[in-house]
Amino acid sequence: MDYLDELESKSIYIIREAYKQFKDIAALWSIGKDSTTLVWLIRKAFYGKVPFPVVHIDTSYKFEEIYEFRDKWAKKWNLKLIVGRNEEAIKAGMGPHMGKLQCCTALKTEALKMTIDKYGFKALLLGIRRDEHGIRAKERYFSPRNREFQWNYKDQPPELWDQYKSKQEGEEHIRVHPLLHWTELDIWQYIKRENIPVVELYFAKNGKRYRSIGCKPCCSPIPSDADTIDKIIEELKTTNISERAGRAQDKERAYMMQKLRALGYM
Amino acid sequence: MEREHLKLVIVGHVDHGKSTLIGRLFFDTDSLPKEKIEEVKQICEALGKELEFAYVMDHLEEERSQGITIDTAQTFFKTEKRDYVIIDAPGHREFTKNMITGASQAEAAILIVDASEGVREQTRRHAYILGMLGLKQVIVAVNKMDLVDYSENVFNEVSKQTTDFLERIGIAPTYIIPISAKEGDNVAKASDRMKWYTGPTILQALDTFKKTEKRDENPLRFAVQDVYNIDGKRIIVGRVEAGTLRVGDNIIVLPTGEETTVETIEEFLKEDVKEAPSGKSTGITVADKLFIDRGHILYRKGEKAPHLLKEIKGNIFWMSKEPLVVGEKVVFKCSTQELPCTVKAIEKRIDSSTLEIIEENAEKLENREVGEVVLSFSTEVIVDDFNSTPDLGRFVIEKNYNISGGGIITHLER
Repeated sequence: MDYLDELESKSIYIIREAYKQFKDIAALWSIGKDSTTLVWLIRKAFYGKVPFPVVHIDTSYKFEEIYEFRDKWAKKWNLKLIVGRNEEAIKAGMGPHMGKLQCCTALKTEALKMTIDKYGFKALLLGIRRDEHGIRAKERYFSPRNREFQWNYKDQPPELWDQYKSKQEGEEHIRVHPLLHWTELDIWQYIKRENIPVVELYFAKNGKRYRSIGCKPCCSPIPSDADTIDKIIEELKTTNISERAGRAQDKERAYMMQKLRALGYM
Repeated sequence: MEREHLKLVIVGHVDHGKSTLIGRLFFDTDSLPKEKIEEVKQICEALGKELEFAYVMDHLEEERSQGITIDTAQTFFKTEKRDYVIIDAPGHREFTKNMITGASQAEAAILIVDASEGVREQTRRHAYILGMLGLKQVIVAVNKMDLVDYSENVFNEVSKQTTDFLERIGIAPTYIIPISAKEGDNVAKASDRMKWYTGPTILQALDTFKKTEKRDENPLRFAVQDVYNIDGKRIIVGRVEAGTLRVGDNIIVLPTGEETTVETIEEFLKEDVKEAPSGKSTGITVADKLFIDRGHILYRKGEKAPHLLKEIKGNIFWMSKEPLVVGEKVVFKCSTQELPCTVKAIEKRIDSSTLEIIEENAEKLENREVGEVVLSFSTEVIVDDFNSTPDLGRFVIEKNYNISGGGIITHLER
């Protein structure tokens, strides 16, 4: 097996473990390259018959391209798509102008809580990676969260030899991270090898491209001429700028990600 | 050509300089994004400290303000030869279970020892854990040489103290290197201040390490994870833990002992897959309608079979505040097997730092202690020699739904 095969096998093993342990499970699909790769791996793990829903938390501020991509591939891949929105907050005019932390909390964290409560999910699959952000370097593959979504990063269960925390007591739910050991470069090399579709925003237009996508008002493109996957891979091999440099939520304060994460932000 | 990746854990006593060494490795190999250096500078200014490399790794607010690593973190850096995944493990005894989590994923280790303090409690405990995990590629880095005037005598003394202990637990370090992570001596660049040392730098030493050997040639072990019905096909999914699985193989299912043939290897969007190597998560269909379920192990007829036992003896590292108690029922997990077991005896209770036997035939095993333990099962468990099939030679113990201990099977003949 080569390196990408090893990454893939580990992820598929974790996805199958998660499904074996929790039947009330769903995958979070932000429609970005990582969670799309996650959905791809889930399709591989279950031979194209994804046995659980795929959840998109929609803040209503996403790029047009994201909605189009979502609907096209959800249909092609025969996914059970659940769109989770905090309608009340959206109607009340919540937006980044009211404070970025407040906006992420209401439209992402709260919307996710509502969706979990509504469908009774016991476990969620997420496409986060350790190299994305310092705080994520400390995540486990199976990470328990309490009812309030809090992440007790000081006292996480040990994880060794592919043995993961399997059950939970009471009100906890488990976040499962099958892509934790992948890097941004790995993802792109795998996307290339597997021919996985990704949103057009990642490819350069007029000297700019998005390296990380989320809500339209809070994402800015980076200067780049990488308009093909090969060029993106080349760019990543030489860049000295971090992936989330274009994401406003990371810039606000050094500890904002940690705060968001402890509050349950994905 | 795809680049090679090696996973490296850095362990040692609290404050002996693990995070600083990692920060230095990143800085000297130019692996740090510019804004990361800026962020670290800002944080150091806010905390009123000079630039500290340790903050590159310590990401939690608590870690930075208290100056200790709480949880393990992984980051990445490159040399000419390959990419490294660095696992920073906390040194404080309170967080030993986090250290084990990190170290269990590594292929090589750096054990860091403060030249001015020598071997301490967690140096020994971490070394013991490296031994238990089966890590053979180990560098001892004698750090903070700047604090002892780069003295060869001090280095020799600390080296001897360290290797004497390592010898007792069966670790022969590949290299012993005098360094100053803070000043950058012998990390990426050879030091001008220690002309008496002629061996490799940390980076040169790392580049000589090898990837964990593949087990494609070993006797076949396929661990069943689940069984799916896909379009009328019954696909047995799982992972090849050792050996290479091939279409047409005559296989025996354990624990039932029934025989069948591998008809197909099933992979999504791939036709006519003929074999699956060691480490592969895959799926198969078999010729006969047999009862096959999660936790079953398949092996190839004619090859060495795994052991079926109702009692095993092993060394357990306990990592829970709730002790392991003789007579209690706990959950035993090994590969995809998960079954209840009874703690029959704790033959020895050992201090994981001093390696002293605290008690023989003990009633309890406490947090951070090592025990030679006998476990008994009501049904047979399928296990193997740790060295030939690690995945079937090691296990974890769950108590109250939490992983509370990790162990290696030491006796298969019972």
